[in-house]
Amino acid sequence: MKVVLQNLTKKFPSRNKKSGDEVIAVNNFNFEIPDGKLIGLLGPSGCGKSTALNLISGLIEPTSGKIFFGDDDVTHLPPENRGVGLVFQSYALYPHLTVKQNIMFPLQNLKGSERPSREEMERRVLEAARLVQIEALMDRKPGEMSGGQQQRVAIARAVVKMPKVLLLDEPLSNLDARLRLQTREEIRRIQRDTGITTVFVTHDQEEAMSISDMIVVMKDGVVQQIGRPQDVYDSPVNLFVSKFLGTPPINVFEGKVGGGRLHIGGEAVLDVPGAPDGSVFVGIRPEGFVLDENGPFTCQLTGVEVMGRDISVVCRHAANAQTAAIRAIISAENRPKDSAKDVRFALKPYKVFLFGRDSEERIEFQTPKR
Amino acid sequence: MANKANNLKGWLYLLPAILFLGFFMVYPLVDVFIYSFEEGYNSASQTFFGVGLYNYSYVLHDPYFLQALKNTFILVVITVPLSTVIALLISVGLNSITPLKKLYQTVYFLPYVTNTLAVGLVFMILFKKTAYTDGLANLILAWFGKGPVDFIDGPYWAKMFVLCFYTIWAVMPFKVLILTSALASVNQDYYNAAKVDGTSPFRVFRKITLPMISPMIFYLVITGFIGAFKAYSDAVALFGTNLNAAEMNTIVGYVYDMLYGDSGGYPSYASAAAILLFAVVFTITLINLSISKKNVHY
Repeated sequence: MKVVLQNLTKKFPSRNKKSGDEVIAVNNFNFEIPDGKLIGLLGPSGCGKSTALNLISGLIEPTSGKIFFGDDDVTHLPPENRGVGLVFQSYALYPHLTVKQNIMFPLQNLKGSERPSREEMERRVLEAARLVQIEALMDRKPGEMSGGQQQRVAIARAVVKMPKVLLLDEPLSNLDARLRLQTREEIRRIQRDTGITTVFVTHDQEEAMSISDMIVVMKDGVVQQIGRPQDVYDSPVNLFVSKFLGTPPINVFEGKVGGGRLHIGGEAVLDVPGAPDGSVFVGIRPEGFVLDENGPFTCQLTGVEVMGRDISVVCRHAANAQTAAIRAIISAENRPKDSAKDVRFALKPYKVFLFGRDSEERIEFQTPKR
Repeated sequence: MANKANNLKGWLYLLPAILFLGFFMVYPLVDVFIYSFEEGYNSASQTFFGVGLYNYSYVLHDPYFLQALKNTFILVVITVPLSTVIALLISVGLNSITPLKKLYQTVYFLPYVTNTLAVGLVFMILFKKTAYTDGLANLILAWFGKGPVDFIDGPYWAKMFVLCFYTIWAVMPFKVLILTSALASVNQDYYNAAKVDGTSPFRVFRKITLPMISPMIFYLVITGFIGAFKAYSDAVALFGTNLNAAEMNTIVGYVYDMLYGDSGGYPSYASAAAILLFAVVFTITLINLSISKKNVHY
């Protein structure tokens, strides 16, 4: 089922009654979630991504705008009539019910002709439990299970009534690092197996990039960029998106464009044909640096961090803006001498992004063919 | 070694409390138990004839005690379930309104801070029939064409009604307070999850709200039982100190009468009655505990 958001806006009244300012949690959303895809809503905390999810679920009503499931307008439909499954950040499993009773709960709510027979319920519960691989734990109570297992039960409870849309609110935030990796693969698998259109919310860019078909990057209630994870990473529309995606984060410098060349701290570091003259922010991905003794870009070396396969060269530069240190990721075979004071880099043009100094919007330039 | 020293230190810290409780709680309890078996005890000369079950036999054959036992049981059976259910309804109501919530909470809590005897006086004015007025309760009865009933000096059922009514009213604020805070502490996510799944309000209440607050309900039922079994001051506030004459005595009232009342001066009978009350409360609490194991979810 495809989901369409049309001019969707949600304003909350201000807590401070005197100022009377409204908080705009979700500001004029317009996008379409294709049928059967996994979408990651991504943004820093407080950017309105959970509000957006709750709007789709129907738990809160939009101030204006419309929501469509397929061709049906569901904007004013209560959550139970929308056919959504929602997995809460806290899982919200009923602690006094067993796993089986928890998963069966949504089915037992159905009335009249929709209500399946006793055997049918049992069958569907078992099917959902198999999908998330917890059929061995059916008689446990939530309190007797690990966080990862509880998460699976929560997903089973959400999919057992075969929702048109599955919504997950920060599904991995309560899990430890190892379980997080495992569970995100699991979510991907479950989504593929069921083919249910799925939207999940996260503040963790790595999580979103790794499993989503499409990511929606948000900031202060406004959608910044929508696209396939790799496309958004390779071609961010503004400084915020470029900084939000990628670990280690992108390195940002203050620079100047003059005569089709990019200058950082007096050095002409790169040809940027087609870029207008003026002051810019320069974003360089960590993997955009190439160690080169004759390279145009000079930094003061402060250290080398070993990560096994790669190393990360940590250095400083006078024109460095907004980030504490510069990190360049290079292959471990090209390790610079620890005694060296300066390191010189050449830059990969397609890993360098220019942004207007005031607008922070992307400035395009022509990159040579890869 | 360190462990042993720690143990000693622990006991040392506990000592003041243990001494205090020992003198004023444990010793009297044991003493009451002993008194209850001493036949013909004379408190002036501190002598007794023999040891046996005569005191229990006397108390159990005393019509005043049997009346008190009956009154207490009726009071318990009516007020504990009724007050808990009403408190639950009020709390759920309070929890689901937003405007004036604070005001209502205050109003419901007021009885808790008012004096029992003062309130008893007000109840007497509401219910008592005098030469000048029939009282407010009878005024309302008259609207329905029912004759005036003397609730304070009249028939047994009328007096019992007032006593139960008063008791429920008096225990309500505490229960409402506990239950509203229990309801407020249930995670909103459970209700949102139920909403997304289209759960009917009744099912939400029965399957989510009730189990979630069941420990608090259980706490209120247990303390409610114990409190109602120990009722005394409420009856005095309504019917005066001569409760036997009013047929409104309670077990604790009987104990008091045996010690200090007009027919008093019998600490052995009083002790026997007190031990019987203890046995009843103890049994009921055990039954409560065993029932709760199945129905209370911690």
